[in-house]
Amino acid sequence: MCDTCGCNITHGNEGLIRPGGKLAKTESGREAVTVLHSLLDENDHTARHNREHFDSHNVLAINLMSSPGAGKTALLEATIQQLKAEIGKDMSIAVIEGDLETENDAERIRKHGVEAIQIATGSACHLDAHMVHQALHNLKLDDIDVVFIENVGNLVCPASFDLGQHLNVTLLSVPEGDDKPAKYPVMFRAADLVLISKSDLLPILDDFKPEKARQYLHDIASAAPVLELSSKDASGLDDWFDWLYGHIQRQRDYLAEHPVAAGHHHHHHEHEHEHQHHHHHVHGQD
Amino acid sequence: MHELAVCQALMNQVESIAAERNARSVVTITIGMGPLSGVEAQLLKHAYPVASAGTIAEGAVLVIQELPVRIRCNRCGCESEASPNKLLCAECGEWHTTLISGDEMMLMSVELERSDTPAAELLH
Repeated sequence: MCDTCGCNITHGNEGLIRPGGKLAKTESGREAVTVLHSLLDENDHTARHNREHFDSHNVLAINLMSSPGAGKTALLEATIQQLKAEIGKDMSIAVIEGDLETENDAERIRKHGVEAIQIATGSACHLDAHMVHQALHNLKLDDIDVVFIENVGNLVCPASFDLGQHLNVTLLSVPEGDDKPAKYPVMFRAADLVLISKSDLLPILDDFKPEKARQYLHDIASAAPVLELSSKDASGLDDWFDWLYGHIQRQRDYLAEHPVAAGHHHHHHEHEHEHQHHHHHVHGQD
Repeated sequence: MHELAVCQALMNQVESIAAERNARSVVTITIGMGPLSGVEAQLLKHAYPVASAGTIAEGAVLVIQELPVRIRCNRCGCESEASPNKLLCAECGEWHTTLISGDEMMLMSVELERSDTPAAELLH
């Protein structure tokens, strides 16, 4: 949904949100202004800018979301290890880590020789586009294929904020239960891929039925593929890599057909402008 | 609880509209929200007095229009209302549906007190 072309007015909601006579009549000395912009217009603007930045460097950006402890960092570690182990798997990655406090997750990633930027969000329960923008100032994207943005562990708030990613991957770990998509429809509707993580626990926690999880996803009209994997015993990682390589290729093909060269030119100018913008509003995000 | 962040983003928008129009104050802010926006109307209402304090919108009435979840069936084309975690066609039960309303969080309109209003009518 965007705000610039009016496409957020669909024929389904048009009758409800177009201002009627009520708004046209105002008391003298008053003025009614019709706006029809997303409340997160500012965030979405920066998100688009971040996406252009990724595109201009031929980088695929993936936003990883889940509840705390579902295994986002472990998945990244397993992914990095697998990449090192297998000759011919050619993918260079970088990571942006979001947590309320600590550098722990970034340090876990750096131990594997992969560049990681930690964003400490303080009290904020989600990353937003401005925070990612700041992190991008410190991240060299040359020779990087994929940037993983590990969002704050939370199944509610991160779903509402576009960061400029190309794809959302949501983890649902086996101990959490298979009905999470029904409980958190906003989060799971946003997912382009759902990973059932800690699948090595399926034989023990046998009340988790992957089929039920798929059913709940269908109930929220999600056609996202669902993969089962375990970062611990590395099962299912091949399907994950197939999905990743498929999307890296798709992104490259798309950028080959739609070069971002024109956007890249005024990029620096806009960058500075954005920067000021950010400082102006940063307190509002805490 | 990201409603405070959302509310602060709302205040930024309202303030810039008010400044653009050279308004003296803001009377009413109307937003539209669906249950699939991920924002709770009640929490937003609680956050509003905090976020609006000290802005030109302090004291303005916040009107939240809650929009229903509506879907269109990709198979039979039927349009129906749905609940947030059951987006199934009411006619044929199909799950391949498209959301046509219910994920909005939108600033719909702002009512401003113009600065050319005679002084006697003003609050301050």
